[in-house]
Amino acid sequence: MKYEGLLAETIRFAGDAGDEIGAYLARPLGPGPYPGVVVIHHMPGWDESNKEICRKFAAHGYAAICPHLHYREGPDASPDDAAAAVRAAGGVPDERLVGDVAGAVRYLRSQVNANGRVGVIGYCSGGRQAFLAACRLTLDAAVDCYGAFVAGTPPPGMPLQVTPIIGLTSSLSCPLLGLFGAEDQHPSPVETAELEAALKAHGKTYEFHTYEGAGHAFFNTDRAGFRPTAAADGWQRIWTWFGRYLNG
Amino acid sequence: MCSYVTVKTAVDGSGKGPQGWFPLRSATVYFDHPYHAPYEHTLNIDFANEELGPGSRVAVELSADSARELVRCIEAALG
Repeated sequence: MKYEGLLAETIRFAGDAGDEIGAYLARPLGPGPYPGVVVIHHMPGWDESNKEICRKFAAHGYAAICPHLHYREGPDASPDDAAAAVRAAGGVPDERLVGDVAGAVRYLRSQVNANGRVGVIGYCSGGRQAFLAACRLTLDAAVDCYGAFVAGTPPPGMPLQVTPIIGLTSSLSCPLLGLFGAEDQHPSPVETAELEAALKAHGKTYEFHTYEGAGHAFFNTDRAGFRPTAAADGWQRIWTWFGRYLNG
Repeated sequence: MCSYVTVKTAVDGSGKGPQGWFPLRSATVYFDHPYHAPYEHTLNIDFANEELGPGSRVAVELSADSARELVRCIEAALG
């Protein structure tokens, strides 16, 4: 029987501008070498569902780190309170996000049992941020799970600092897997088609899957939008994608 | 849908949170994913006082129908 074991814990690391921020780290306990994955949490915050995703990655042989993107606004606050404070203040600035993910990537690559390859995955607002990080940083693979406003235009008058980033497509540094719901409005199938066209035009390696009968956040097991069939298929595609580009 | 739709206004009053009563300074209103309510989307209101820290918050997550009924009741109560 093959040994299986993992360690999951909260840590601190140097994020954007050298700020020390919190994160959740889950990693396999074997000798490795293991690839790494940065998990970008959704807008409701650094919550239980994202920690569970990290443990799932660790169980599959990846060191997974989920930076607490709202740490600065509430290091000791509950995740929902910290998320509310960030939303009220206009959201996570893109530059800070890129710096925090860059720090998380450095942390993963510095581990003694790392294989040096690091991917990024994000959900909801984190899907957009995963694409942003993959365009601004040198990464090995990326997964965008229903990230809104990569393409498309946010509602007028919206105070949050969210702008379309499809213009960064030419800078995408790694293969991109996109997983979307056909019934989602943000991103809508029209918006994901726009992104796909941009990826194609720039000759990028990508794979998109849009699930019928699924809307936003279909991976999230404790939400009303959970769609087990789409989620199970999505997870298989994630293992194949990261297996090919982070473990191959 | 991750709507991002957020409307914020200053408010004057008090709210009761885990640490007791505190003065309210703002209300952030958004129709987006809830943290707790068992719906895909809810009308969320965070009554807060940023000066006192992120824990100084009174939060509600209401179904869309409940939120509209609440608006009607508030208007009726104010006369």
